[in-house]
Amino acid sequence: MVLPFAGHMGAGTAKLVAKDVAVEYWLARSERLFTAVDGVDLEIHDGEFVAIVGPSGCGKTTFLNAVDGLIPICGGSLTLDSRDITKPGRDRAMVFQQPGLLPWRTVLGNIIFGVEAQGTMTNAEALEGARKQIEIVGLKGFEDAYPSELSGGMQQRVNLARALLTDPEMLLLDEPFAALDAQTREMMQLELLKIWNRSQKTALFITHDIKEAIYLADRVIVFTKRPGRVKLEIDVDLGRPRSLRVKRDPKFLEYEDRIWESIQEELAARPERLLAGMPA
Amino acid sequence: MSIKEIDTVLPTTRGETGIRERRSVVKPRRWKRYEAVIIGTVAVTAFLTTWHFVAVARIVPVLFLPGPVDVGEALVKLFTDPRQNIWADLGTSGFEFGTGYVAASISGLLLGIVMGWYTRVQYALDPFVNFLYATPRIVLVPLFIIWFGIDWQSKVAVIYLGALFPMIINTMAGVRNTDAALLRVARSFGASETLVFRRVVLPGAVPFILTGLRLGVGHALTGVVVAELVAARHGVGKLISDYGTTFQTPKMFAAVMFIAGTGVLLTWLLQRIENRFQSWRPQIKS
Repeated sequence: MVLPFAGHMGAGTAKLVAKDVAVEYWLARSERLFTAVDGVDLEIHDGEFVAIVGPSGCGKTTFLNAVDGLIPICGGSLTLDSRDITKPGRDRAMVFQQPGLLPWRTVLGNIIFGVEAQGTMTNAEALEGARKQIEIVGLKGFEDAYPSELSGGMQQRVNLARALLTDPEMLLLDEPFAALDAQTREMMQLELLKIWNRSQKTALFITHDIKEAIYLADRVIVFTKRPGRVKLEIDVDLGRPRSLRVKRDPKFLEYEDRIWESIQEELAARPERLLAGMPA
Repeated sequence: MSIKEIDTVLPTTRGETGIRERRSVVKPRRWKRYEAVIIGTVAVTAFLTTWHFVAVARIVPVLFLPGPVDVGEALVKLFTDPRQNIWADLGTSGFEFGTGYVAASISGLLLGIVMGWYTRVQYALDPFVNFLYATPRIVLVPLFIIWFGIDWQSKVAVIYLGALFPMIINTMAGVRNTDAALLRVARSFGASETLVFRRVVLPGAVPFILTGLRLGVGHALTGVVVAELVAARHGVGKLISDYGTTFQTPKMFAAVMFIAGTGVLLTWLLQRIENRFQSWRPQIKS
């Protein structure tokens, strides 16, 4: 469903526009063409926080990788600020599911790695910026700790700080809290919202956790099963700032029900789609 | 639903004072920390003592089995006897070892990096590496003597080939071992190939490279002795060979001890460097 541009005026101008996006790739082992997503239509507006949920293996992470420019699209168009996305760029930064920290570098060294790779800052600027980020993500006192000395939650804070320091136009988050325990995850959600409230960056968040998606996002998008495309879009009208208590709000539970039903519907087998070019 | 809210009441087992009785926690004994050193020293001492008594019992002549005291005396004599030109032998062997080992380390590092980084180079060179690595280097000694003569050049060639392959293979493994997640992060931030190599691949390969250097020491020392055993004018290997053929067994033992000591010392030094470079690794607690 593509709405006319004017329909979204309230949420700012379109930042990311995906039109009929398809991503396919060859599976080396089984020598088969694999269609991960097909026909994704969506728009994300400036300063908007959008979460994508969907059954596991529905291609939501693949879509995020395409937005980051790590995987080429093979159909449709994908633009950020009207420019085609063909490769990773300074206007985007990814927070990965696995922290992906250099084990021989300290927290400080890891946070500057993003800008170091981009070559956008001098070392002194990077270190100064990193110290600010350390305060923002709550890692003060751990500047010189190695990743192996940090808990999973702290490692993800470093992962987040590394992306934030590059000051991207759009923040891409690939299930960053999936590997954390339930309590740490809620705390990280709360902190992520605090940080996001301050920066108001456009954010695209992938998760399989329905509650997490509703709690964080202005809009939740449900993907279909593979090959994934947009099945449902729900505007989350819960106001901001949100405390964790909002998860007990009847309206919240209503959204949750709605999304849960939608995913259940997808999970109910639909064999004709399963034949569309993917391995069994 | 039954909800039991526990307030300020202390567990009744604490009695009136409210203080819990504490059992003392067993503190590890101090000598635990030196356990490895202590047991090792005791074992070596026991071995030397047994050896000494078996030797002084003279069940077999000193030619067959000199005692540790004989070997010690011979070792001192090697260095103090003015007729012994030990420094010429040490100088020759040391020079051969140093030249071959350094050359092998540098070229092994470069080859290992290139083979690890460029898959196609690896495909091209793998057959040669596997073939030469599988060949016992000693069989090449006669060939090297024909090619380079019996002076230091043929020894350096043997040492070089011995130390080269552990370096190549370990460096290559280190480069190959780069965490795919780290490469993805680097790519996502638009890192150049050079930056990926210098900041991600190379630092990750350092522990492997150091292991290669350490293993190379053993191979290079073997090379020194083996090459000199076959044909040489000077060198520690030549000494061992001479003492062996003239039945000066204590002196032969002394020279062997010297080689072994050098190997242990160099390996220990490299192990220390390895440990330093791995300070970021999680500490393994025994």
